[in-house]
Amino acid sequence: MMSPQDMLRILPELVLVAFGIVVMVAEAFLPAGRKHVTGPIALLGSLVALAATVVQAANPGYAFGRLIRVDSLSVFLHFLLLVIAALTILASMRYLERSRLSPGEFYALVLFATVGMGIMASANELVLIFLGLETSSLASYVLVGFRRAEPQSNEAALKYFLLGSFATAFLLYGIALLFGATGTTLLPEIAEELRADGSGFALALAGMALLFVGLGFKVAAAPFQVWTPDVYEGAPTPVTAFLSTGPKAATFAVLLRILFVALEPANGTWFWLLWVVAALTMFVGNFGALVQTSVKRMLAYSSIAHAGYILVAFAARNEVGIAAVLFYLVAYALMKLGAFSLVSHISASEADHSLDLYAGLHGRRPALAACLTVFLLSLIGIPLTAGFLGKFYIFRAAIHAGLIWLVVLGVANSLLSAPYYLRVIRTMYMSEPKGELAIAPVPASLAFVLTLTALGTIYLGIFPDAVQQFAASSVLSLTLP
Amino acid sequence: MKAHWLTLVTFFPLLGGLALLFVSSAARETLRRLALAISLLELALSLPLFFWFDSAQRGMQFLERHQWMQSPPILYQLGMDGLSLVLVLLTTFLMPLSVLASWSIERRVKEFFFMLLVLQTGMIGVFLALDLFLFYVFWEVMLIPMYFLIGVWGHERRLYAAIKFILYTMAGSLLMLIAIIWLYLATGTFDLFEIQHVLRTPGVLLDPRTELLLFGAFFLAFAIKVPLFPFHTWLPDAHVEAPTAGSVILAGVLLKMGAYGLLRFCLPLFPRASQEMVPLISLLALISIIYGALVSMVQPDMKKLIAYSSVSHMGFVVLGIMAMNEVAVQGAIVIMVAHGLSTGALFLIAGMLYDRRHTHLISEFGGLATPLPVLSAFLLFASLASLGLPPLVNWVGEFMVLIGVFRSNTNYAVVAALGVVLAAIYMLWMYQRVVFGEVKNEANRSLSDLGRRELTILVPLAVMIILLGLFSPLLTERTQNTVRTILLQSESPYYEVAQSPDEPEAQR
Repeated sequence: MMSPQDMLRILPELVLVAFGIVVMVAEAFLPAGRKHVTGPIALLGSLVALAATVVQAANPGYAFGRLIRVDSLSVFLHFLLLVIAALTILASMRYLERSRLSPGEFYALVLFATVGMGIMASANELVLIFLGLETSSLASYVLVGFRRAEPQSNEAALKYFLLGSFATAFLLYGIALLFGATGTTLLPEIAEELRADGSGFALALAGMALLFVGLGFKVAAAPFQVWTPDVYEGAPTPVTAFLSTGPKAATFAVLLRILFVALEPANGTWFWLLWVVAALTMFVGNFGALVQTSVKRMLAYSSIAHAGYILVAFAARNEVGIAAVLFYLVAYALMKLGAFSLVSHISASEADHSLDLYAGLHGRRPALAACLTVFLLSLIGIPLTAGFLGKFYIFRAAIHAGLIWLVVLGVANSLLSAPYYLRVIRTMYMSEPKGELAIAPVPASLAFVLTLTALGTIYLGIFPDAVQQFAASSVLSLTLP
Repeated sequence: MKAHWLTLVTFFPLLGGLALLFVSSAARETLRRLALAISLLELALSLPLFFWFDSAQRGMQFLERHQWMQSPPILYQLGMDGLSLVLVLLTTFLMPLSVLASWSIERRVKEFFFMLLVLQTGMIGVFLALDLFLFYVFWEVMLIPMYFLIGVWGHERRLYAAIKFILYTMAGSLLMLIAIIWLYLATGTFDLFEIQHVLRTPGVLLDPRTELLLFGAFFLAFAIKVPLFPFHTWLPDAHVEAPTAGSVILAGVLLKMGAYGLLRFCLPLFPRASQEMVPLISLLALISIIYGALVSMVQPDMKKLIAYSSVSHMGFVVLGIMAMNEVAVQGAIVIMVAHGLSTGALFLIAGMLYDRRHTHLISEFGGLATPLPVLSAFLLFASLASLGLPPLVNWVGEFMVLIGVFRSNTNYAVVAALGVVLAAIYMLWMYQRVVFGEVKNEANRSLSDLGRRELTILVPLAVMIILLGLFSPLLTERTQNTVRTILLQSESPYYEVAQSPDEPEAQR
């Protein structure tokens, strides 16, 4: 049953697992002072996995029966997820040294979480989706609590774990009900069954609702977003950067496959669900962010708001909308990874992320201030940044679908979000520094991450064609048999 | 080279600004001189356009057209007609003066001039872009340097003014973005020519309600920028708190963008809705004229007084545009230029007084004629220009607007004329309190009169105000065909104007 072709189709995951094990073993055997070598190994792992994705891309098709589906969409996401993993590893190197956390476990967990997300990106079957989600979630729970000695980190991990398990239970129930209604867990077959006879439709809808609760939790969609600020704030900041981009992207990919493949026949029903959730998520995120004094927490709320914008594109239910989701995921990953990595460097300790740290940053560290400004302007959606084009594509898709009111709400939210992003810019450029706040010199690894994300944000805002076309071709692959 | 001249004119300031970043921040004098040189060079680059421009031609000249993005198809398309010519030249003319006026800035000189030059690229881009997406990009990006100019180098309440400025303008422009996307979905393109062409094709006409909504979204963005009552409340704050150069650019160029947008987009794209909304918009314009003038009268702060007078003057511009006849629209364009020059001069003089006394309060001054005779003379000249004294350029514009409006609606003209009278009252009263009488405040007695740099700023402005007043055809000849085209487009939805780039006569 298992063919060499099958192996090629999960090659990135195999590579990541292999390197994850190597990193873990190396951690155990390396002398105490040399443990940081695991960082470069893990980085190499993610780069080799990127190369493996090219091999994977050359072998499209099903693997392991029809459990795995390698198509343009899964390749797109693999590239994105692996770049996120690589940048996370780079951005955490100095952080781990500084906070005296054991690096080997950390990197291994990042790699394993990425394995789970990679499986989610190419899973074509509900149980496999569940497995991928659990793999990435379990690793994430540990990563959130990685600062073992800190009560805040423990609290965050426990909260994430308890609520996460709860959400997973919902997901499983949903899968069970869908299976009960259609007799299959393969996504395309679910759609066929739903189209063929309407007998199990009501049951399937109930399953869909439960499924949506589980996935909504993972992407921090309102009203399942309550955990987000606390968990994002309590987690080590590089982990926050990882959490807010990687698992979110993978879960949105799953949502794409479930909604547009398996539950496509029910799109008239889930459309309203998404409309309401999208609007609610944007408002909850932005209103929450408006009143924050901690920059990290503000960015956490802003993540919620951005999930809302992405859900607007889902509600559009058209091909440009799906392409907009994919483009937005890339844009969002660039700006959020950059912003969180920068935040992790500015704060000497996780205890303090207050705005005061940024006062007069422009005078002390002009390059850092300029990078953060790029990220924040992109998050607002000022033209010539990736964030603007992302929103532009989403709004275009939604107007195309006739969702004028949802777009008006989205636009209102953009306006609502401007003050809190601008507040940071204002503090950096227009306030005097409060006392002597030393900022450590920026290590080369972090400088690389910031340069790449900042330039990427601008580049994608001016020349989006390549990513846009890749996204468009991924959309086509989604609905092909 | 001529084929890419507009690109050169648009991006030269940005390149200059980027070059400034490589100069050491400590070399302030070098930075100032470099910025001045860049802005003068930019002026020199824009001047040939004035001579190359063919007034006899209809449609856009110096067209430049490249594919920018593929999906959705977005063009990098620049072009110039009489209206954009005049406004681009106004921008490039005011910029060196603003740079000179910023000589006294000592804090973060490099960033200041960088922002100013980036702003210039944004402004010129707005006037030249002929693709709705490109236009929106310039329109929106421009907010950021202005935000910094107000927020970093402004006066006491700068932070409040900066955020208010950016939020107000964003509120308008985001709705415009929705309208732009809608237009794209209706026509399949962002290309302004194509959109006009498609909208005029019988059968694809927008239904009246949609047209009205789209018009409303565009109009709101422009009305906030103009600013028209009741969307004007950001303006006094921004003006008062901005550094002198910021106020000059705000009044001189940024406000014109609203009027420009009305002429370039609202009237030609949504002719029926425009006709329908004439009474409402004219009413708002009239309220702006009278309200702006009345509020000006009671301002204790010089800059605020000038700011509210801008509301009043811009009301004239909008009233003229909405009269939709040739004389009135021509007059509106003349006022746009005149207001840029005279209000620019007033803000510059207010800035010079601020440099000496660190206040804008009228009550702090009085009897300035004794210590500052030259400055007082220029203040008198600028005030007279602003209130519309013949034969200065403001008078030409106001007169034309009044004639044009009189033709379309006598009542409007009567009310608007009242605004001219009020302008005389508040300007002269301000002048009287500042300049005449005994020197009451001892601090004013020993002030030094205008220096060479300050004279270099004010003399060109005065010369232009007189020159364009005496030879107004310098302007009107060049805008005549543009105005006729716009009016034709806004008359009947079906009228087909030879303006598409495929037409040989539009090529240059």
